[in-house]
Amino acid sequence: MSSAKLPPLPAILLANDLLDGDVVFRTATGWSRNPTEALIAQDTASATALEAEGRTAMAGNHVVDAYLVDVEISDAGIPVPRHFRERFRILGPSIRPDLGKQAEFPAIRDAAHD
Amino acid sequence: MYRYDEFDERFVRERVAQFRDQVNRRLSGAITEDEFKPLRLKNGVYLQLHAYMLRIAIPYGTLSARQLRQLALIGEKFDRGYGHFTTRQNLQFNWPRLRDVPEILDLLADVEMHCIQTSGNCIRNVTADQFSGVAADEIEDPRPVAELIRQWSSAHPEFSYLPRKFKIAVTGAAHDRAAVKVHDIGLRIVRNTAGETGYEIIVGGGLGRTPMIGKVVRDFLPKGDLLAYLEALMRVYNAEGRRDNKYKARVKILVHEIGIEEFQARVEAEFAALDRTTINADREEVARIAAYFAAPPYEKRPAVSQTYQAARAANPAFAAWADVNVTPHKAPGYAALTISLKGIGAVPGDMTSEQMRAAAGLAERYSFGELRVTHAQNLVLPHVAQDDLFAVWKALGNARLAEANVGLITDIIACPGLDYCALATARSIPIAQALSQRFADPARQREIGPLGIKISGCINACGHHHVGNIGILGLEKRGEESYQITLGGDATENAALGDILGPGLTAAEVPDAIERLVEVYLGQRNTGEAFIDTVRRLGIAPFKAAFLQEIDHAAA
Ligand code: SF4
Repeated sequence: MSSAKLPPLPAILLANDLLDGDVVFRTATGWSRNPTEALIAQDTASATALEAEGRTAMAGNHVVDAYLVDVEISDAGIPVPRHFRERFRILGPSIRPDLGKQAEFPAIRDAAHD
Repeated sequence: MYRYDEFDERFVRERVAQFRDQVNRRLSGAITEDEFKPLRLKNGVYLQLHAYMLRIAIPYGTLSARQLRQLALIGEKFDRGYGHFTTRQNLQFNWPRLRDVPEILDLLADVEMHCIQTSGNCIRNVTADQFSGVAADEIEDPRPVAELIRQWSSAHPEFSYLPRKFKIAVTGAAHDRAAVKVHDIGLRIVRNTAGETGYEIIVGGGLGRTPMIGKVVRDFLPKGDLLAYLEALMRVYNAEGRRDNKYKARVKILVHEIGIEEFQARVEAEFAALDRTTINADREEVARIAAYFAAPPYEKRPAVSQTYQAARAANPAFAAWADVNVTPHKAPGYAALTISLKGIGAVPGDMTSEQMRAAAGLAERYSFGELRVTHAQNLVLPHVAQDDLFAVWKALGNARLAEANVGLITDIIACPGLDYCALATARSIPIAQALSQRFADPARQREIGPLGIKISGCINACGHHHVGNIGILGLEKRGEESYQITLGGDATENAALGDILGPGLTAAEVPDAIERLVEVYLGQRNTGEAFIDTVRRLGIAPFKAAFLQEIDHAAA
C-alpha cells in the first residue's frame, strides 16, 4: 500500500482502538488514550514512519482507521489539531464536557481552548 | 404488541451467536477490518468519532415498558447512562465497546429487540405514525402491515444486497405524521369509493444529497396483494437501480431518470408476471399478526373527563402543556400524550437511563405498558385516561420530562452532527440548543405556534432539514462551520422542500437570523395562520429580504 499524501506538518497519528473504539494516539513507545502523549512528527521522514506504524497496527488488529492529523503545538507543548473536526475528535462531544477525553485529560481541554 | 414466535426468537438468537463468533474472530485476527466492517454494520455497529455506536431498531416505533427498562439498563451498564432517539425511530448508544456488543445483543434479544437491518443496503426498520392504533383521524392501524413488511423483508435473500439502503414508512391516518412522502416507499392506508381499505403506494421520496418528494405509483392496491406488489417494485429497483454510483443508487434517482409512468409500467409488468399466491401472505398469517395489535382493554369512560377539565381550569401550566402535548384518542375518555425530549437547552432526543425508567414506570401504570417513539425524537404514552393526565404531568415534571413544546419552535429535530457522527461536516446539536434557549419563553413559543425547525450536520440529512419549516444544514466553509438556512419545507401530507434563503451563516449568527424570519411571520400572518401557511401565502421573498438585510449589514 503506498502512502497517501502527507498532511501539513507537524502531525500526530490517531486511530480507534479495535476493542474499545476509543480514540488512541501513537506515542514514542506504543499507543495511548491520552492525546497529550501523542508523538509529534515534525518532518516528512518521521511523519512517513508514523504512518507506517499506523498501517502495521491496523494489520496487527490493534487499531482501525489510523491516519495523520496536522496539529499546532500549544504553549504547554501539547499537539492540538488544526481542523475543528479532529479537534472535536480528541476532545469529545462539545455538548457534553463531562464525557470523552476533555473530561479525562484536562490538559488537552486547556490546550485546545487556548 | 407483536410478540416473537419461535422462528423470530431463533433467528435473533442465532444472529447474536454469529456476531459473537465474528467479533472473536476479528479480535483474534482471523478476519480483517475490511471483512469485519460489513458484518458489524449488519448488526448495527458503527464506528463514530469518539467510539463505536450501536443502533437498535424499534420497529414502527412501538416499545414496551419492559423494553425501555432494558434499554435503561444497557445504557447504565455498558454505555454512559443515556441513549439517543433518532428520526428513524431507532435508539443509538454512543459509547459501547466492541467487546461488550455480543452481551448487549443478548440483553436485547431477552426483550425481543435487535439491531438487524439498521444499516447496510437492505430494507431498513419500517417506521410508522407514532399514533398508530390510537389516532382519532385514523382509517386503520398501520402497524400490522409494518410488521408484515418487517417479516417479509428480514433477511430476504433477494433484497439483502440492494443498490442502496431502502426505507419504508407507513401511516393509516389522513394527516401524515410519518413523513411517508420522503421515504423510498411511503404507504398510506386509504379507502376506495366502494368503502374497501387498501394501500396508496408512494415511491421515490427521500432527502440527502438529492432531495425528492415521492410520487404515487399505485393509488389503490388491494390489501391482499401487498407483498407481491412490493416484491415487484423491489425487483425493478434491484435490477435497474444504479450500482455504479452510490450517490445515484437510491430508488428516487431511478424514478426520476425514467419517469414515474415508465417506472409504474415496469412495476405493473413485473407484478402481472409474478405468481402472487406464493408471495402474498396468507389470510391466517395476516390475521395472526393483526391480533397482536388489538386495542388494549380500555375502560368505558365518558368522552369528556370532568377531572381533566377541572385540573386544566385550576392549573394554567398544566393546561398549556396539555394544549400541545396531548392528542385526541379513538377511545372515549383517553388521550395520547407526547413526552417531549426537547427540554430547553437539552440535546434533542437524548434520554437518561433514569428518565427511561421514569417513563417506563408511567407507561406501566397509566398506558397499558406501551410507549411509542416519534420521528421527531420524542416519546409517546399512547393510551392515557384523561382522568390521569394531571398525575402523569406531575410525575413527568419530576423526571424533567414535562416540557410543554410539542410541535412548537423549540421542539427541534437535530441529528447528532459533529458532536458524534463521523460523516458530519458541522455540529447540529449546539445550534438546536442555542435556538431552544433563544425561544425558551413559553408564552412566546405559544404565540408563535406550530413551527418545525430541523437541523442536519451534513448533506445526508438525517435531521430532515429539507422538510423543516425552517431547515438548517451544517457545512464546512473555509475551515469553519457554516450553516445554510432553508424555508418552507414540510414533512406532512403537504410535503415540500425548503428553499435556500442565502449565503451560509456562522453558528453565532443563526439565532438572530431565525428571529428575523419569525418576526416577518408575526408581522404578516393572518389570524390563526400557522408559520408554514404564511410562508406559502407570501412566498419566500419577504423572508429572504429580512434574512439578507442583516447579512448585508454584517458584510458592510
Ligand atoms: S445528517 Fe450527517 S451528520 Fe447528521 S447524523 Fe446523518 S450523517 Fe451524521
